[in-house]
Amino acid sequence: MIEGARWRRWVFFNLPLALFVLGLLFPFYWMMVTTVRPDAELYRPWMAPNYTPFWTLHPTLDHIRYLLDETLFSRWMLNTFFISVAATAISLFCGLLAGYALSRLKFPFAGSLGTGIFITYLVPQTLLFIPLADIIRNFRLGDTPWALILTYPTFLIPFCTWLLMGYFKAIPRELEECARIDGATRWQAMVYIVFPVAVPGILSAGIFAFTLSWNEFIYALVFLSSPEQKTVSVGITSELVRGDVFYWGSLMAGALLGSVPVALIYSFFVEYYVAGITGSVKG
Amino acid sequence: MAVDSVAAARPYVAAPRRGPITRVLEHEPWFAFFLLLPTAVLLGLFIAYPFIKGVLLAVTDAKVGVPGNFVGLQNFAVLMNDSIFRIAVWNTILYTAVTTVFKLALGLWLALLLNRHFRAKALTRAFVLLPFIIPTVLSTFAWKWMFDPTFSVINWTLFHLGIIRTRINWLGDPGLALISVMIVNVWRGVPFYAISLLAGLQTISPELAEAAAIDGARPWQRFRYITWPLLLPVTMVVVLFSVIQTFADFQLVYVLTGGGPANATQLFATYAYQIGVGTGLLGEGAAISLAMFPVLLVVVVVQLLYIRRVETH
Repeated sequence: MIEGARWRRWVFFNLPLALFVLGLLFPFYWMMVTTVRPDAELYRPWMAPNYTPFWTLHPTLDHIRYLLDETLFSRWMLNTFFISVAATAISLFCGLLAGYALSRLKFPFAGSLGTGIFITYLVPQTLLFIPLADIIRNFRLGDTPWALILTYPTFLIPFCTWLLMGYFKAIPRELEECARIDGATRWQAMVYIVFPVAVPGILSAGIFAFTLSWNEFIYALVFLSSPEQKTVSVGITSELVRGDVFYWGSLMAGALLGSVPVALIYSFFVEYYVAGITGSVKG
Repeated sequence: MAVDSVAAARPYVAAPRRGPITRVLEHEPWFAFFLLLPTAVLLGLFIAYPFIKGVLLAVTDAKVGVPGNFVGLQNFAVLMNDSIFRIAVWNTILYTAVTTVFKLALGLWLALLLNRHFRAKALTRAFVLLPFIIPTVLSTFAWKWMFDPTFSVINWTLFHLGIIRTRINWLGDPGLALISVMIVNVWRGVPFYAISLLAGLQTISPELAEAAAIDGARPWQRFRYITWPLLLPVTMVVVLFSVIQTFADFQLVYVLTGGGPANATQLFATYAYQIGVGTGLLGEGAAISLAMFPVLLVVVVVQLLYIRRVETH
C-alpha cells in the first residue's frame, strides 16, 4: 500500500528494490560471464578501449573443460555431497530425538540441558579448530571424510534441535495421549504419531543442515590434506590458485558449478527454508 | 466372519507384552536419557573435549609434533605485547561493529520493501536470499575477481560513472582492504537480516499502522512508534546471532586477503590460523582462538538473559 503520486512509488519503492536486487545478484552474473569468457577477453585491462565487461563476444566452454578434465573437481563434488548428506542424516537423527526429549518429556535438568545445547550452537568453529585438529589426528580420522562427517554435526545438531523443538511444541499433546491410551509405547507414540506431523520441520532442518555443511570451510581446510579427499571450497582454493597465479576462468566455473547443488535444493524448498529461518528467529 | 466379530467384541484389557527394554523406555527420565545420549556423545566428544583441550594447549608451548611444556599464562602475556595481535583485535571489533550497523540498516530497509505487495514478490524474495545460500568461499572468489585492480569491473563502472579518476587497488591498499572485506561481508549478511526481519514484520498487524495513519501519523512516525518497538525482540536475536558469526569470521578474509596487506585485514580467526596452522605454534594459536571466548560469552549471556526476559513477559 503506497499512497501518493506515481513518482513516489518509483523513488521510495521500485528504484531501491531494483538496486538491492542488482547489487545482491551481480556477483553471480559476473561468475557466469567469466565462466564462458575466453582468456583473450578475460585478461583485458579495464582501461582498455575494447573492454566489454557485461557480455562476451565469443563464449567458450574451455574453462569448464579444464576444470573437469585437469582437476579433481568431480571428485570434490562427490566428496562434498557424501559428507553433507551423511552429516545431515546424523544431525537430523540426533536433533529429532533430542528435540523431542527437550520439548515433550519431564526430567531433571531439562532446562539447563536445553540451554547447554543452545550455547554450543553459538560456539564458532574458528574457536575450536586447533585443538580439534589434534583430536582428529589422535582418533586417526585425519584426511578422511569421517573427520568432517563427525564434526559437522556439532554445529548442525544444536540448530536442528532448536528448530524441531519449536515444531514439537506446536503439536497438540492430545494426539500422543490418544495413541498411548490405545496401547502405544512412548517410543511408538513418538515415531508413529509425533514425527510424521513434524515433517515440514524435519525438511527445513535438513535443508539448512545440508547447505551449512556444503558451506563449511575451516574444518575442511585444516582436517583434509590430500587433493582427492578435499571438498569443493577447499579444492578450488588450493588447486586453482597456485601461488600468485589464479586460474580465473576455471575458478569461476568451479564456483558456479559448486553452487548449483545448493541452489537447486534451495529453489525446490525455498518456502521451507524461509519458514525455517522464520521459526528459528521467533523461537 | 464369526471369528472377527468375536475378536472385535472382546474388550481390550491388557497392554501388549513388553520386554525389559520397553519397560525402561516407559520411564520418562530414562527415555529422555536415551534420546539425548547420541547428541551428548557427539557434542561432548567434538565440542566440550576440544574446548578443554584448547584451554590446556593454550598454557603450553606445544608445536606441531611436539607435546610442549606447561608455561602458564606466558602465551597470553606474549599476545599482550604482540602488535599484530593488537591489530587483529582492533580489526575484529571494527569489522564486527561497522558491518553489523550496515547489515541491520540495509536489511531492515530491504525487509520493509519486501513487506509490501507487488508482483513477483515470492520470486524476488527467493533471489534476494541467494548470497546467503551460496557457499561463502565460492561467492567470495567472485568478489576477489571483481576487485582485481587490473581487470576490475567495479573500477570500470565507477570510472564511467565519473566517480573515480584513477584505478583503485581495492585489496592491495592497506587503507582500503578492510573496507573491501566489510563490503563483501555486508553483501553476504543483508539477505539474512532482511528475511529474518521480514518474518518479524509479518507478525505485526497492519491494522495498527492503518489506525495510526487515520490519526494522522506520517510514515516515519508510524515506523518509529509502532513498527520498530514491535520488531525489537526479533532484531535483538538476529543481531546477537550475527555478531557472533561476524566476530569469528574466517572464510571471507582468508580468500580475499589472507589477513594482508601488512596485517591490515587480520582478524582473530585468521591470525589464529596463521600462527596455529601456518607457523605450527599450536599453543599460541590456541591462545589466540581462546581470547575470542570472553567476548562471545558476553554476547551469549546477553542473548540468554534477553530471551528469558521476553519469555517471562
